[in-house]
Amino acid sequence: MSTNIDKLHDDHHHTPSGIMRWITTTNHKDIGTLYLWFSLLMFFIGGFMALVIRAELFQPGLQLVIPGFFNQMTTMHALIMIFGAVMPAFVGLANWQIPLMIGAPDMALPRLNNWSFWILPFAFTMMISTLFFESGGPAAGWTLYPPLSLQGGDSMPFVILSIHMLGLSSILGAINVIATILNMRAPGMTLMKMPIFVWTWLITAFLLIAAMPVLAGAITMLLTDRFFGTTFFTASGGGDPVMFQHIFWFFGHPEVYILILPAFGIISTIIPAFSRKKLFGYDSMVYATASIALLSFVVWAHHMFTVGMPLAGEIFFMLTTMLIAVPTGVKVFNWVATMWRGSMTFETPMLFAIAFIVLFTIGGFSGLMLAMVPADFQYHDTYFVVAHFHYVLVPGAVFAIIAAVYYWLPKWTGKMYDESLGKIHFWLTTIFVNLTFFPMHFVGLAGMPRRIPDYAVQFADFNAIASVGAFGFGLSQLMFVYILYKTLKKDVTAEDKVWDGAEGLEWTLSSPPPYHSFNVAPKID
Amino acid sequence: MSESNSYYVPHETKWPFLATISLVVLFIGLANYMNGYSSGMVIMLTGFALLFIITYGWFSNVISESESGTYNAQVDISFRWGMVWFIFSEVMFFSAFFGALYYARELSLPWLGGDGAKVSTNLFLWPQFETVWPSNGPTNAGGDFTLMKASGIPALNTLILLTSGLTVTWAHHGLKEQNRKQLIIGLALTVFLGFIFVGFQAYEYMHAYSDLNLTLSTGIYGSTFYMLTGFHGFHVTLGAIMLTVIMIRCINGHFAGDNHFGFEAVAWYWHFVDVVWLGLFVFVYWL
Repeated sequence: MSTNIDKLHDDHHHTPSGIMRWITTTNHKDIGTLYLWFSLLMFFIGGFMALVIRAELFQPGLQLVIPGFFNQMTTMHALIMIFGAVMPAFVGLANWQIPLMIGAPDMALPRLNNWSFWILPFAFTMMISTLFFESGGPAAGWTLYPPLSLQGGDSMPFVILSIHMLGLSSILGAINVIATILNMRAPGMTLMKMPIFVWTWLITAFLLIAAMPVLAGAITMLLTDRFFGTTFFTASGGGDPVMFQHIFWFFGHPEVYILILPAFGIISTIIPAFSRKKLFGYDSMVYATASIALLSFVVWAHHMFTVGMPLAGEIFFMLTTMLIAVPTGVKVFNWVATMWRGSMTFETPMLFAIAFIVLFTIGGFSGLMLAMVPADFQYHDTYFVVAHFHYVLVPGAVFAIIAAVYYWLPKWTGKMYDESLGKIHFWLTTIFVNLTFFPMHFVGLAGMPRRIPDYAVQFADFNAIASVGAFGFGLSQLMFVYILYKTLKKDVTAEDKVWDGAEGLEWTLSSPPPYHSFNVAPKID
Repeated sequence: MSESNSYYVPHETKWPFLATISLVVLFIGLANYMNGYSSGMVIMLTGFALLFIITYGWFSNVISESESGTYNAQVDISFRWGMVWFIFSEVMFFSAFFGALYYARELSLPWLGGDGAKVSTNLFLWPQFETVWPSNGPTNAGGDFTLMKASGIPALNTLILLTSGLTVTWAHHGLKEQNRKQLIIGLALTVFLGFIFVGFQAYEYMHAYSDLNLTLSTGIYGSTFYMLTGFHGFHVTLGAIMLTVIMIRCINGHFAGDNHFGFEAVAWYWHFVDVVWLGLFVFVYWL
């Protein structure tokens, strides 16, 4: 039977070469690779915009850019990093790993998979091109709150339609992931035997399908409010600008878990491998992930405590938000318990994973502070919020992605990266990430507002430190590119089971794995 | 010797990439049109035509693969999961608009009328405004209007759509029992009822614009009314086109009694637009 696929290939398989191979591919590894390279490119474009922001904020006063352009930079930086860097990186990892981990030949819907990817470069070209319009790019923040976002220039419909395309890509990708996980598992792999990364992606895919269409609805209403005379977000017609915030954050909060749950899956894979122990509390990890996902639909208004909600609403959303700390605490406990008395070694993926646990927890605690309504009234829209979400997204999501790349790169390419360079990359990244974002807690608590190109002089020192940190962080990532380049130039030498403590079906295949991962589905006991 | 040995992984394909290009052309045209450039409409229609051609090509490809027996039972399950979750995403899209309707009626309009903690908006901005439904807001946006009654066309449309749900199920039974005549008559009736529904909906819009002064600009009532019924009508149109394609395929002898996912997917979709309509009828027209 295993000849079936081979035969099909021998008969009519003419793999196109060059660019056409990548444009027409239906292979999960090719598409995963496309996603990962695209994500890296977007990471640098979005990072460049962050450096424009940090350069302007190096000193008080206006030096480099005009305020309007500064606002375009903050808006585009967020949109690119969220939809262009972090989400595609996770989808790329899903594409590479899920078929390998569940013993499948490929993703369930390969043509759809190709479409999900190829939407992205076009959508981002359309979005980024608005920066060169006469009236500039979007400048109302990535949250697109009306009435400000309704007052933008010609960029507004382009940005909204490009977000529609990104939503389409995410939904199609998520449908594919769910169909693959539910239908393509090797015989004997019951749901509760699935690798934890696959579990976190199953739940993430559900969140994507539930949340992205709501965003589509919200931005469609923005479009009709501006161009077709509707009054969803205009009080004089009976609507309410705050209504947009509710609909947006009903998408937005599940979205932030879309950005972190696959990271939890990665960390839960790497920590056991380098502790040489089984993951502590697998079942509780699954239940915690599911609880976080379900709670994410009933906490959205904690992003808008200061808009003037009824008291009952404030209390409800405060309590549900604090409840999320319980399953998240379960996860952090389990990671630490996995390491407890393990025979640990500290290769680069493990270093990033441990840094994730420490630094993500800092971001989690500042989130808990923000969850408290009376405290949030002080912190809202300050740099404390910026510090919080960068701690969960950079040493959170981004660290997990980098850890995953170091962990699986030898498997994907058959080539081992340079361990000492990897360690240097880790230490530079970790030091600079803290230098960048830790001072933001202090200026935020002292009252510095976010999304402002100029600030009062008492914030100058911490801002200068943060800017130095940001440039250091950005330059350190060039080293990551160099490590990738150096690895890819090597000959194939990596063993099939690269890490002696690693478990999972992917390590039973050769490094690099065959084009169709599992021609014969493995049996799981 | 397991199932996944023969799982069908298609070879290289040009369709998704072409679909993206046509989508981009369509959206660039739409954006230019909205920004008031006259070229926008032409670009948009070009994109739309391209999208139509490419969808046709892509689906032809899949249909011929399906008819030649390329797909096994496991591939069929992947398609089913795909369609189920796609319909779920559509449900969530509509819930955004239902949520807006709920928010306007239960929260923003009472607040504008001086309810609860938001009393000062009413006192200082619009002291004459009282909460009513339907409402076009405190500034009488779009001018005086008459509401759309639930009796008449909307009630008739409910009957039409519910009947079409029955006829498509009758056709499905015909397919399963290899009664091709019942299958084709059932589908023809369903398609007919679907397009009648869309026709009535269009007539209702014309009536609303010319006689009731109920327009897209009639405040929050006009906004929610047209966006909800409009997106629904668009989905009915899409569903009716899909049913037409299935009907043509049935006439050409496609589908087997025990293997007809394409038919079922479209039938599910049709029931979905039916259920959304019931929500619309209750919350938009009736209550």
